Amino acid sequence: MNLLGLAWRSLVNRRFAVILTVCTIALSIGLLVLVEQLRSEVREGFYRSVSGVDLIVGGRTAPVQLLLYSVFGIGDATNDISWQTYTELKGLPEVKWAIPMALGDSHRSYRVLGTSAAFFEHYRFGNQEPLELDRGQVFEDLFDVVIGAQVARQLDYDLGDRIVLAHGTGNVSLQGHDDHPFTVTGILAPTGTPIDQQLYVSLAAHRAIHIGWERGVQMPGSAIDPDQARAQAQELRPNAVTAIFLGLNTRAAVFGLQRRINEYRPEALSGIMPGITLQQLWRITGLAEQVLRVVAGLVVLAGLLGMLTVLLATLGERRREMAILRANGARPWQIAGLLVFEAGLIAAAGILLGVILALVVQLAAAPWLLANVGLHVGLSWPALWQVGILGLIFVAGLTVALVPALMAYRRTLADGMQVRT
Amino acid sequence: MSTLLDIQDLRFAWPGDSRPVLALESLALAAGEKVFMFGPSGSGKSTLLALIGGLVRPQAGRIMFQDQDLTQLSGARRDRVRAEHLGVIFQQFNLLPWLDLKANVMLPCRFSRARARRAGDAERAAEDLLGAMGLEAVLWGRRADRISVGQQQRVAAARALIGRPALILADEPTSALDHDRRQDFLDLLFAQVEVAGSTLLFVSHDRELAGRFDRAVDLTELNQPEVAT
Repeated sequence: MNLLGLAWRSLVNRRFAVILTVCTIALSIGLLVLVEQLRSEVREGFYRSVSGVDLIVGGRTAPVQLLLYSVFGIGDATNDISWQTYTELKGLPEVKWAIPMALGDSHRSYRVLGTSAAFFEHYRFGNQEPLELDRGQVFEDLFDVVIGAQVARQLDYDLGDRIVLAHGTGNVSLQGHDDHPFTVTGILAPTGTPIDQQLYVSLAAHRAIHIGWERGVQMPGSAIDPDQARAQAQELRPNAVTAIFLGLNTRAAVFGLQRRINEYRPEALSGIMPGITLQQLWRITGLAEQVLRVVAGLVVLAGLLGMLTVLLATLGERRREMAILRANGARPWQIAGLLVFEAGLIAAAGILLGVILALVVQLAAAPWLLANVGLHVGLSWPALWQVGILGLIFVAGLTVALVPALMAYRRTLADGMQVRT
Repeated sequence: MSTLLDIQDLRFAWPGDSRPVLALESLALAAGEKVFMFGPSGSGKSTLLALIGGLVRPQAGRIMFQDQDLTQLSGARRDRVRAEHLGVIFQQFNLLPWLDLKANVMLPCRFSRARARRAGDAERAAEDLLGAMGLEAVLWGRRADRISVGQQQRVAAARALIGRPALILADEPTSALDHDRRQDFLDLLFAQVEVAGSTLLFVSHDRELAGRFDRAVDLTELNQPEVAT
């Protein structure tokens, strides 16, 4: 057993205080790492959700708001786009594809999206991956519905199940489209994006169930019979859509088209580039993130000060131990080194435990985030710069230990060869 | 007999204190001698031991130990001399409570290679010394705070003796023991000091013990700080 072995035995002897200190540091480090990890993972998750869309068009509104309600189902639209504008945009030469989105209905708090076959064909997520059906097929009959993976899992739906949509969004429902039950005909493969949390019906179906509705209320007796609706399916189309996702033939055209959309005369429109709008969103949330970072940093500082407190508190009771070591040949720097070594061990254990804690919380929070925000949060190791920060914290821990080490050093010199207790 | 320790014209004041606590004209210990020093509290004995141990440096005077002047050595060198050639027994609280007896005895071997080399197989040497000090083998693996005070003092003696240091400094090692145990302790200590061939400087306020030593000195007479100022 060498000097480090002695330090270890001394630590084990004071294990209760030491473990508490390690836990304090682990919690603070865990918070710091978690804030960073979730921040980057959430951002990554947002980018994953809109990877293939060049432009999002909606009624005149703030860009961030348009992005949030069209892609992430956060908030509601204030303005629609007329069907005429939709067909016009779709027909533009630089537009490769257009995905219409008609919102406003829900099913057990999941959003229902009225859209066209273009959605399943052109929508891309993550690393430009196309949507795939896990089971079944895209709607054939008017009252067919395709559901996201999360919807299927949470509500335990399978192909052939009959479901009823509700008018409006939100948990407290509201009036139902009871006359027009839908049949689940397709279930999408998981994407780890808000796609998993939505139900998809055709635009014609979206129109059919809204015939006879005025200002959010159904006029009695004005509803259309399902079979009647089926017969007219070809002609059914909504008067307006909520938003449109556009894919262009060349990305270079995006700026010109965006300007034209924003200056569109017949109707007040907003056209946004998802990536740039996400940047705006980050600028808004950036302040909160900074505050979180500062708080996490301060908590780490508190953790280190806690360690200092424990080291200083034990210094008194360890005075005897140090005098004994000194009388038996230990040099002052060895005594000081013991304290620094001890602090290093505590800090290292705390940091390691903190990172593990952060990963565990990440793992535990992932299902919740997926269910509530539709964000897929993966398990990721701290980035290199974070490892650097952790290294700095370790060094800070050693530096903090210099205070009691210096005190011990001076005390061993002053105590001479007496055991003071 | 050669001289192991020769102190001349020593004067020491603690830092920030203008009055010296120790002023000592001359004190010499021959190699292998067992010397009793009468030193009640306040006589400057702690200071004298710290000086001999090389923990502090005097303002004036010489401390010749094995023909080298400790006062001329750097702090690190004095630490080394102490680790290699000195065994120390305190009045109480000698042992690290979280180590077992054997590890406590082997402690000096950790800080000095020379000491470890002289001890040979340190573990074996520790066991031999513990046995010689009358501690049964069942106790050897026990934590140091799980044995009686008398036993602790014997462990401390074994530790001071490991690796046969030239000088054993004992600072009131028996004051926490009752009369019979005191005699037993001295018997065992003397026997092992002789085996090791060490010199013993035994400081105590209990004059009764003086008769058993080769020589007795009175620190209250030796130390004349008032004269020095």
